[in-house]
Amino acid sequence: MATDSATASAYGARDHARAQEGTKVDTMPVLPASSWPTPPEAVAAEDLVWAETVAGGNYTHKVLGRGHELRLTDLTGDACAHLLLYSADRPWERLNTADTVKVLWNAYLGEGHLLLSDQGRVLASITEDTSGRHDALTGTSTLAHNTARYGDGTPQSDSPAGRELFKLAALKNGLAARDIPPSLSFFQGVRIAGDGSTEFTGSAGAGTSVTLRAEQDVTVLVANVAHPLDPRPTYTCGPLEVLAYRARPTAPADALWNANPESSRAFHNTADHLTARGIA
Amino acid sequence: MTTTTGSPYAPGRVIHDETVPARAAWSAVVPKGRLLTITDLQGKQAADFLLYDAHDTSVRYSAPDTIQAQANIFLTTGSVLMSNEHTSLMTVVEDTCKRHDTIGGACSKESNTLRYGHHTWSQHACVENFLAEGSKHGLGKRDLVSNINWYMNVPVEKDGTLGIVDGLSAPGLKVVLRAETDVIALLSNCPQINNPCNGFAPTALQMTITEPDEG
Repeated sequence: MATDSATASAYGARDHARAQEGTKVDTMPVLPASSWPTPPEAVAAEDLVWAETVAGGNYTHKVLGRGHELRLTDLTGDACAHLLLYSADRPWERLNTADTVKVLWNAYLGEGHLLLSDQGRVLASITEDTSGRHDALTGTSTLAHNTARYGDGTPQSDSPAGRELFKLAALKNGLAARDIPPSLSFFQGVRIAGDGSTEFTGSAGAGTSVTLRAEQDVTVLVANVAHPLDPRPTYTCGPLEVLAYRARPTAPADALWNANPESSRAFHNTADHLTARGIA
Repeated sequence: MTTTTGSPYAPGRVIHDETVPARAAWSAVVPKGRLLTITDLQGKQAADFLLYDAHDTSVRYSAPDTIQAQANIFLTTGSVLMSNEHTSLMTVVEDTCKRHDTIGGACSKESNTLRYGHHTWSQHACVENFLAEGSKHGLGKRDLVSNINWYMNVPVEKDGTLGIVDGLSAPGLKVVLRAETDVIALLSNCPQINNPCNGFAPTALQMTITEPDEG
């Protein structure tokens, strides 16, 4: 069939596709990660293992090795990084937000807080936090919630719900809807008043970051979506920078290991598990 | 047919009435429209509680969605127990205690080692109850999520410090829940003895399902 279209033939379609080579957009993964132009201070470019900017209303996921650190940065002050963690090869062990706040005796996440699994072990620790506006209690958004709030909550819409994106990320890791427990979120704060009521405190502004250290091999799911309590009438979510790099897991001599009795026992439980498996 | 009017049960025809001994588990399917009354027989007894849509158990109680919906972490009359798809599972239609917890989750043998020490390892815990009782309905480890703690008191201080403190419950206080859809209700009568959630001495709970009277 004769035509003037450049993509009328397989050769033309191939040329057309390949002409996209080198295109850069603001929100995309950068490969290899070591080519990321601005590594965190004191991190060598060759130690980067993950470099990506996640668009507002989008998601990402990765399996991170033990000892790697994950730095999330809210570039514009409008990101909200909803997070789930699973033990990489035993995903029925996963983030337990209730234990995370109860065991550590604090509802508010911050530097030094451990993200605990349901098995009394540490999945990741928060090693740095310049935001202080986080939420471990009110979870993420749902299709029903976003449809009521914004008219739509499907993944392809302009107002995707966090749970819908978590489902996709979970499915790509062999998990399903039943594997999505309550999540936590960074960069849009919630506080609890004396009468138990929730107060949305929002963002600490552009450029704040949170660094997590993987204390065992973990599957990380991140949904960057508007916080469910965000009162703004229009769905607002900014880009999220995601960088991970080689570092080392928390060791017995580190202050974090011995920060308090509960943390210390959580690190001991984690080490006990890894030692038995011949990993550490 | 037995019709009761007044305490300790919700009015109506009693479908099921069972005393759950201290430390034990319980479950039942509660059809839409029926009432489930949880009575704290001797007071200060935490009742760990989970809900699943009986027709699709991937839809289950969600603490975050429940907190979102009512903008408060405490449950009482009028609270709607929401699912992870932000749908209504049950509604609290009566509550004579007025302080129940959404954020503390269940005790487990594993978390007990963190909270109190490894000497607690041989003690029974709510997650053991949830696993054993849930398996009767085809539920497993992957299906356990943050639960409700009826009669448990978990305040959050200004700096975020939270803790399980002395409960406000007393003998005979009750919570009445109306099923908004067919649900599987899973209960662990909390066996914890290392904090005040059970007054350091677990006791029995009464679980009663009633069919409300017409009109």
